[in-house]
Amino acid sequence: MRLTTTTLAAVALAAGAALANPVTPNDVQFDEYGAIPTSLTGTAGDAENGRNVMITRSKGNCVACHAVSALADVPFHGEVGPSLDGAADRWTEADLRGLVANAKMTFEGTMMPAFYKGTGFVRPGDGYTGKAAEGELPPILTAQEIEDVVAYLMTLKEE
Amino acid sequence: MTIKAATRATTAIALATGLAFAATADESADLVVNGEIEMVTRTAAPEHTENLDEIISGWVFRSDETQQLQMDDFDNPGMIFVDQGMDQWNEVAGSAEKSCASCHENVEDSMAGVRAVYPKWNEEAGEVRTLAMQINDCRENQMGAEKYGYTSGQMANMEALISVQSRGLPVNVAIDGPVQATWEAGKELYYTRTGQLELSCANCHEDNYGNMIRADHLSQGQINGFPVYRLKNAKLNTAHARFKGCVRDTRAETYKPGSAEFVALELYVASRGNGLSVEAPSVRN
Ligand code: HEC
Ligand code: HEC
Repeated sequence: MRLTTTTLAAVALAAGAALANPVTPNDVQFDEYGAIPTSLTGTAGDAENGRNVMITRSKGNCVACHAVSALADVPFHGEVGPSLDGAADRWTEADLRGLVANAKMTFEGTMMPAFYKGTGFVRPGDGYTGKAAEGELPPILTAQEIEDVVAYLMTLKEE
Repeated sequence: MTIKAATRATTAIALATGLAFAATADESADLVVNGEIEMVTRTAAPEHTENLDEIISGWVFRSDETQQLQMDDFDNPGMIFVDQGMDQWNEVAGSAEKSCASCHENVEDSMAGVRAVYPKWNEEAGEVRTLAMQINDCRENQMGAEKYGYTSGQMANMEALISVQSRGLPVNVAIDGPVQATWEAGKELYYTRTGQLELSCANCHEDNYGNMIRADHLSQGQINGFPVYRLKNAKLNTAHARFKGCVRDTRAETYKPGSAEFVALELYVASRGNGLSVEAPSVRN
């Protein structure tokens, strides 16, 4: 009991510290292959929430372009990108973090949007309103949501 | 029916593999309206549409049920708006107390072939004019009447009425001479990746036509069928309203309907469809 309480407190502290200070989009360090070796938040990703981000239109909406067999209960998967089945067999966690944060660092000119990028857009809008963005644009996903999606992708193993 | 189904299957395979089957090309999904107007829904891409071999009407990508609605004017909900356009045609409006008919008489005769060549250069005004711009120029300067809103219902009705007089004729928009600079500007816009999603028209409609994006079957984004009746909003939709929706979906600040940017984009997109038939009003989901 006591141990659990202490552990929880420690986790909460770590999470609090991490949340107060995630790596900002402009400070992300990609390696030469486009991977991001270190966590953006220091807090382990929550695969369940990552799953939710992947299927939610206003968040990742990854299924708009990718088919995922493990998400067969979600209707309408797209065909624009490759199937994500077995993604964790093909990529390391660092690779996947880089791919979700900014896939253009791995695949030059790819159609896949960058989900953790702050500047450098042409005519950035305020979400899906069609109006100009006011002030600095928050990335599409938060640092923790990136970690959550990466945690979910790490569950996509076929071997 | 069976032949049609088989054709569809071939089409699906052709799209999926990106191959064109010469042997089946002339029998692929036929659109014949009212049993008499034969539409060209697939044909060789014009030379200036560099990255496509074949241009394909948006009709080809729709479901069987939606396709059917466009095959007979009694089933096509867009035709109601053509009738409304006809009322507008004959309606006296403005300080000059004239209607469109006062100057242009029979729409069937005077407007035949017009839609197929718009947008086009207007020598007197020294500008590229879309059909909507020309309609509003007549209202303002010939009739002394209020302009229609650029994407308004009345504008869409009038565009549909005028377009129907060109149904079945090949789109044949000029891209050189005085319009060339505008055409180049439109091309630039077509390939510019906008918004927080950093997507261009080409990403979806050139690189991925035939693919599903969530629940949508991507077409080539051709405008030979505009204005189109959409089952989703149960009205006629203009090309600029569609452009605006697509740009918005890239999480970008859109351009305004009727803006110089969208006029240029319309000229460029229309020219990508040179050779397809004018289909308006077509039916979409
Ligand atoms: C607009 C389309 C689009 C969206 C939305 C999208 N992707 Fe992608 N994705 C692609 C494309 C295209 C590729 C292939 C890379 C290339 O060659 O350009 C890709 C590649 C990938 C890969 C590598 C696949 C492999 O195994 O080779 C992963 C992993 C991935 N995406 C994950 C995601 C996740 C997670 C999301 C949502 C947070 C997402 N994608 C959203 C288009 C998209
Ligand atoms: C994120 C993907 C995406 C982008 C980027 C995009 N569109 Fe679209 N567009 C769609 C979808 C989905 C539809 C509906 C299905 C279809 O006809 O392709 C559509 C439909 C259209 C249509 C209607 C076609 C018809 O036959 O009814 C036109 C025209 C069009 N788009 C033009 C454009 C232009 C011009 C641009 C760039 C300014 C653009 N689109 C950018 C996804 C996109």
